[in-house]
Amino acid sequence: MGSISLQNVSKNFGGVTVIPDISLEIEDGQFVVFVGPSGCGKSTLLRLIAGLEDVSGGVIQIDGQDMTRTAPAQRKLSMVFQSYALYPHMSVRGNIAFPLKMEGADKETIDKAVNNAASILNLTDYLDRKPRQLSGGQRQRVAIGRAIVRQPKAFLFDEPLSNLDAALRVNMRLEISELHKKLKTTMVYVTHDQVEAMTMADKIVVLNAGNIEQYGTPLELYTKPANRFVAGFIGSPRMNFIEGDEAKKMGAHTVGVRPEHLSPSKTEGLWAGTVGVAEHLGSDTFLYVHVDDVGQITVRASGDVAFHSGETVYMTPMDGRLYKFDAQGQAI
Amino acid sequence: MATQQTQTAARLMMSPAVLLLLAWMLIPLSMTLYFSFQRYNLLMPGMEYFTGLDNYRYFFANPNFWAALTNTLVLVGGVLAITLIGGTLLALLLDQPIFGQGIVRLLVIAPFFVMPTVSALVWKNMMMHPVNGLFSFIARVFGVQPLDWFGQVPMLSIILIVSWQWLPFATLIILTALQSLDEEQKEAAGMDGAGPLSLFFYIILPHLARAITVVMLIQTIFLLSIFAEIFVTTAGGPGVATTNLTFLIYIQSLLQFDVGLASAGGIVAVILANIVALFLLRIVGRNLDA
Ligand SMILES: Nc1ncnc2c1ncn2[C@@H]1O[C@H](COP(=O)(O)OP(=O)(O)OP(=O)(O)O)[C@@H](O)[C@H]1O
Ligand SMILES: [Mg+2]
Repeated sequence: MGSISLQNVSKNFGGVTVIPDISLEIEDGQFVVFVGPSGCGKSTLLRLIAGLEDVSGGVIQIDGQDMTRTAPAQRKLSMVFQSYALYPHMSVRGNIAFPLKMEGADKETIDKAVNNAASILNLTDYLDRKPRQLSGGQRQRVAIGRAIVRQPKAFLFDEPLSNLDAALRVNMRLEISELHKKLKTTMVYVTHDQVEAMTMADKIVVLNAGNIEQYGTPLELYTKPANRFVAGFIGSPRMNFIEGDEAKKMGAHTVGVRPEHLSPSKTEGLWAGTVGVAEHLGSDTFLYVHVDDVGQITVRASGDVAFHSGETVYMTPMDGRLYKFDAQGQAI
Repeated sequence: MATQQTQTAARLMMSPAVLLLLAWMLIPLSMTLYFSFQRYNLLMPGMEYFTGLDNYRYFFANPNFWAALTNTLVLVGGVLAITLIGGTLLALLLDQPIFGQGIVRLLVIAPFFVMPTVSALVWKNMMMHPVNGLFSFIARVFGVQPLDWFGQVPMLSIILIVSWQWLPFATLIILTALQSLDEEQKEAAGMDGAGPLSLFFYIILPHLARAITVVMLIQTIFLLSIFAEIFVTTAGGPGVATTNLTFLIYIQSLLQFDVGLASAGGIVAVILANIVALFLLRIVGRNLDA
């Protein structure tokens, strides 16, 4: 129904290459998240799939059909924009009904579809309001409503939650995940927030400077990062990287260890350091430890660990939780 | 600016400007009002006296009054229709990325800087002249009998000249509004399956409504008092075919030296302008709020 396949897709703007060469298979019904730092080409890739930008090279197939040169409307995809792009002079009903009206559906079908979408998204009470009379979260839902009415082959989301406050974001995250469970339609979701990526995705595409660094399930990315970039990008707080002699001793250019995979001790361990700052979050304690010859190391300990600034702490990585990278940053 | 203090402060700050404006408008207006109730002819100086509503009675009784009123409305309506439709189409065209966009835009604005008398003269002698004009030349090239523009279709000629002058203004304002339309909205509409026509009628035109309203109101104010173009080209003729209210008042005050009668006409014109403005605001005013 809604598989998407990119083959050697590239994109230049003028002389600037934003996406050098990307091949990617998205299976039907999957929730795929594009994640990466700002400016890495996530939006551009999404817009290429949507047809809002022309590819400079390569082939885009949707549902097995070549859609590389097809106009956006004929690709049967729906997009939710970061700014929502609601039509300000139309009511919520008008906004949600718009795609169907353009298809030439009759009034009865439209009413039914709009009411259905509104009830899924809890918008029934707001159908006659204008977008400017809605809160951010409600606008977000209208944008999603407009996307779901015409039953597209796939949904494209471009950072849809970035304008919302933290609490609402968690809420909407759940709602979108639930919507995906309910509709079982392919979703491609762009974000720069790795927590969103980890929690929502079936599969994550980690992008860096227009290249795919790794494509896999959230757990694969977490447990088997392909390279140093992915290791550093996925996981919070960030993975600790140790270079130089300490790393050479272990036979690698760089070794990485996640803060949650270090056990702190007051008496003995592999590395010794001084606690700089201790952040007590209640559930966890983050220790920022300075280690001579190694640098700053972050440790995530349980909430009841009593370390304080200036104390000496010994840290040992857990078994099998040490990642080794060569000079090019590839995992070994 | 919603608290009590800010409102008071705002009023205080505005008051000098408002007072100045009031004086500026009220003094001439009340003098006109005063003269309109006087029997005051410049041929008989020093003999003015109060006549009540006589001036108004004569003004309305003038067989040319209704013709002038109709002409005024036809002129305003015709120019508005041409400039708004033409302005929207031109703005859509100019919004496309084309080579030499800046220069093309400058050229489009240019007619607005030409003085009305000059442009009317140019149109009269170089474009619409039945013998020397460009239009008659083109007509003869195709073997068609040239049109005597000001003789056969005087009102249309005036409407064309005035439209040519006001088209740039409309184009410019509408173009600015067009450029403020969110690109993502157009993209969203495109993905929702809207073709170019649907895009225009459902997304672009509603977005332009406010700008079009403003153009309409501003133009109406100026078009109600068109004078130079008529004076230079047809002088209100043939007959009264192109005499609008402004021109009628001019004929009465300056050609017949009747200040009282002309003042009454002026007041009638003011009232007419207000009626038209009220009418316009009623229809399109809701586009202006929020
Ligand atoms: N129309 C354009 N013309 C030229 N360069 C562009 C254009 N659009 C994007 N770029 C460039 O392409 C690169 C990728 O942009 P893109 O918007 O895809 O980034 P992104 O990953 O979505 O970033 P963010 O997370 O900040 O939204 C950027 O360096 C940007 O400057
Ligand atoms: Mg982006």
